[in-house]
Formats: sequence, structure tokens, C-alpha cells
Amino acid sequence: MSVPSIDAPAAAHDGTDSEARPVFATEPRILGLPASAWPRILAPIAIGVVTLGLWELAVRWNEIPPYILPGPLLIGQTLVADWGTLSGSLWITLRITFMALAAAVIVGVTLAVLFTQSKWLEMSLLPYAVILQVTPIVAIAPLIIIWAGDINLALLICAWIVAFFPILSNTILGLNSADHNLVNLFQLYGATRWQTMRHLKLPAALPYFLAGLKISGGLALIGAVVAEFVAGTGGSASGLAYRILEAGYQLKIPRVFAALLMISLSGIAIFLVTSWISHLLLRRWHESALKREN
Amino acid sequence: MDTASLSTPHAVRPEGSKPLVCVRHVSKQFGNGTLAVRDVNLSLGAGEFVSLLGPSGCGKSTLLRMIAGLGAPSSGTIEWPTTTHDAAGEPQRDLGFVFQDPTLMPWASALANVMMPLTLKGVRKAEARERAAAMLALVGLKGFENSYPRELSGGMKMRVSIARGLVLRPKILLMDEPFAALDEITRHRLNDDLLELWWKEKFTAVFVTHSVFESVYLSRRIVVMAARPGRVMADLDVDAPYPRDELFRTSPEYAHLCRVVSGKLKEAIGS
Ligand SMILES: Nc1ncnc2c1ncn2[C@@H]1O[C@H](COP(=O)(O)OP(=O)(O)OP(=O)(O)O)[C@@H](O)[C@H]1O
Ligand SMILES: [Mg+2]
Repeated sequence: MSVPSIDAPAAAHDGTDSEARPVFATEPRILGLPASAWPRILAPIAIGVVTLGLWELAVRWNEIPPYILPGPLLIGQTLVADWGTLSGSLWITLRITFMALAAAVIVGVTLAVLFTQSKWLEMSLLPYAVILQVTPIVAIAPLIIIWAGDINLALLICAWIVAFFPILSNTILGLNSADHNLVNLFQLYGATRWQTMRHLKLPAALPYFLAGLKISGGLALIGAVVAEFVAGTGGSASGLAYRILEAGYQLKIPRVFAALLMISLSGIAIFLVTSWISHLLLRRWHESALKREN
Repeated sequence: MDTASLSTPHAVRPEGSKPLVCVRHVSKQFGNGTLAVRDVNLSLGAGEFVSLLGPSGCGKSTLLRMIAGLGAPSSGTIEWPTTTHDAAGEPQRDLGFVFQDPTLMPWASALANVMMPLTLKGVRKAEARERAAAMLALVGLKGFENSYPRELSGGMKMRVSIARGLVLRPKILLMDEPFAALDEITRHRLNDDLLELWWKEKFTAVFVTHSVFESVYLSRRIVVMAARPGRVMADLDVDAPYPRDELFRTSPEYAHLCRVVSGKLKEAIGS
């Protein structure tokens, strides 16, 4: 009785699977970026340039005074001239934003993990997380500012409250959406809770967490700015919101616009960075980041 | 030797030793009242290749999952006479499981997927890597260690899943319609490869299937089940010699065996 050899490469008896070694297609690159990426970058830029041009023309044509509506050129000049004060304020706002985001990630993920370990914990605490989420931040910010004592701490808390819920709820959803058969398989191999968490549930939750992170990044910035608006010029904070209020009182409208521009650009930057992180982490396997070739 | 025959109840118990798994009077009723399995008796000997054959809904998956320890029977017992038991009296089941879908972790490479059982058992990383790579080579996937499941075809994913099921060298491999979703060509190839693996690795194979042809081709023994409630109708030995190959698939014995098993299955459905 001859036993067929197992070690013979599969390619010997078929012409399909094993001969299809992975081949990674290379796309032509222009200035280091794939050619197909350029329209995505150039099209919005073109729209922006045209809009700014029309804006500048409209302001000059109608001789609108700068304290009503400054033109983009003036705003740009103000940005350069006031860079010293504005960049300092930007730094303060960004620091609060990132600290709040980091706290949101830590608290959100920790709570999500705890909630999936204990239904009781989830049942008793989740409603409060929802209450925090639905309460308008402008309404509770004054209280937090009074209680916290330190204005920076108060701003941090406000930004954190706004930012943490998307991370919490998305991560909970992700942790619970691990493939049921895989959960069974882990059970079958006698995996501990920690092993199941570490090797199965956390990776399964990653895309959900990252989607939450993208939302929370923007919300943290909004929270930081809104809270500072509520704190007003009475506070000792000097983030971008404070600069906007201050410049508004002094009718330095170009400066208001310059600070607004900085906030928008920061928001865009945060979005791009979180999207990029998400892309890096998911590009090999997740549907959302994959480039299908059909 | 050449004339294959079906005998019932099966004549030769392999090795005549203690069975690996004893299913005694097992019934399973789900919370919604469905009686999925009623009074099943079955013993699985070491080195056997057993198919569970039956129509959809006859409790094949339920039975297989209970053997694996996923969900306890409502009544009856499943014993593992030859394995050690832990302090709580749970048998240390030495088994691999292959689901109908490949059920791979999409975020992990083929190699990492196969390494998973080893990692969970606390095998050192370097050793786990080596053993997993060897297992992948054994199922014909050498060179695909770093491919992600998305980059593999359905058949290749199934191979990874089988490699994962076998990587701990279990005494018994439970497979729940592993090839049902594949095309016929791939299915035939995987059938052949599975038989080779079984022949070489000498594990006990329990194979759930809808297909008479597949069950006759693969098994030494076929357990025919009927639905509503799920129960065992017949326990047939397939006395055709191994190794089986394309020649067997086209032989008159094979056709004859298929006809007999089909008849039994019809009886089971009709009753
Ligand atoms: N978790 C469950 N809860 C309630 N009923 C269930 C559950 N799982 C299975 N059943 C029922 O038990 C019966 C047997 O199901 P099972 O999945 O074991 O069948 P099967 O033989 O594997 O069928 P198929 O060949 O279609 O996979 C079916 O009637 C099914 O509806
Ligand atoms: Mg089934």
C-alpha cells in the first residue's frame, strides 16, 4: 500500500493556489505620492484658491471695512504679524485638546474593557456616561470651572467630557463584535479572559475604536474651545478662544479670523493625523482601509 | 480486499482498544424548546475517520459542538475514557475544531493564525513559529506565511483553518462541514489532502457533511442521522481500503457504496 507523500508541494498537483504567490502591485508615483492620490489633494485646493480669490475681490470691490469682513490677504498678514501671541495660544489650546483626547482614550477604553467583563458594571455605569454625553457642555462648564479651581484643569475636564463618549461606545461595540466562532475557539483552547481580551477582543475592536478616535479628536478640540469661551476673558487662560474674545472686544476682526483659521486648521490636522493612524493600523486587513483590485 | 462492502453495525473496531470519546444517551434541548438531538449513543475509536451524515437541522453541529465541550448536553454524558481530567472533573479534551467558515482572525497573518493555539497554550514564540510554519507547509501553504486571510482564496483559508486545528497535534479533529462552501474541484483536492494528513498524522477525524459522496470517499464509518428530533439512524462501516484516490472515486465500488448510503439517508429522511 503506497502512501501518497504529503510533503510534495501543492503546486505539483494543481495550478491554482500555490502558484499564486502574493504580488504587490506598484502604482506610478508623483513626488512620492501615488498618482491616484493627487486629484484628491488638488481638487479641494483649487476650490479653496478660487473661493479665497472671489472673497478678496468682493471685499476690495465693495470696499468692505476690515472690522466687518477682512479679506484673506489681510487675515494672512495678521496671522504673520501676530504669530507670537497666537502661536502661544494655539499651543495652549492644542495641549488641552491632546491631554483631553489622551484621557478620553484611557478612560474610554478602560471602561469599555471593564464593561465587557462585567454586565453589572455596564448596567450600573453606562447610563451615567450617557448622561454626561447628552448634557450640553456649555451648561455645565461654568460649574466645572468653579469646582475645579484651576482653569486649565476645568478646560481639560470639559474637553474630556465631550471627547470620551464616542470612544467608549465604539469600543464597547467593537469588543462585543468579535466573531462568535472565534470566541468559541478560544474557549476550546482554554484561553483565559485576559488572553481572549488581548488576542481576540481588542484586535476585533480596533477598527471601531479608531472610528471613535476620529470623532473624538475633533470633539476634544471643540470642547477645549467652547469651555474657554464659557470661561470668558475673566479667566487666566489664554488659549485661542480667549484670543478671539479679546480681539472681538477690541474690534480687531482680522485677528478673530486669524485665530479662527488656526482652530480650523488644527481640527483638520487632527482629523488627518487620526485618519492616518487608522490607515496605518488597518491597511493590511480591514475592509475600510483595503484597496480592492476589483 | 477489493470488493468494498457496507456492514452494519460496523464489524471492525479499530485497534479494539478503549474508545476515545463515548457519547451516551445524549439529548440536547435548547431554551426555545427545540429538541436538537435525542438519545444519541456513539463511541469514537482512536484513529477512526467518522462522518456524521444527515439532512439540514438534524443536530450534527449541535452534537459536534457538545463533543468539543461547547454547550453541555441536557441529559446524558460525553466521556473521554482515555484522557486526564482536571480538578473540576472536566476532561482535558485534546482536540482541534474546524468550522464551516474558515473563522480566521483577519488582523493576523496565516502564520499568526496557526500560531494562535500554541500561543494560548503558552508555547514559546520561537517554537510556536516553527511549528506553525511546519504545519502550514504540511497543508501545502509554504510561502504564504505572511499573507493575510483577505489575500487568500477560499480553499487556502480552509487549509489555514485545518492547519490551525492540527497544530497542537490533537488526538481528534472535529470538522463541521469544512468544505461545504467550496467549489467541487477545490473540494476534491482538499478531500484528498485531508485523507493524506489523516493517514500521516493518525488523528481521529469526525467529519460533518451533507454530502453522501464526500462521506463515502473519506470515511471508514458513516453515522447517518435524521431530523426532528435529531437522532442516529444507522451506523455503517465503509470497508474500502485506504489510501483512496481518484481511482476509487471513479470505481464501481464507490458508486455502489454511494447508492447504498443514499438509500439509508433517504430512509432516514423519510422516517
Ligand atoms: N443556539 C440554538 N438555539 C436554539 N435552537 C438551536 C440552536 N442551535 C441549533 N438549534 C436548532 O437545533 C436543530 C439542530 O441544529 P444544528 O445546527 O445542530 O443542525 P445541523 O444538522 O448542523 O444542520 P446544518 O446541516 O444545516 O448545519 C435545528 O432545528 C436548529 O434550529
Ligand atoms: Mg451545522
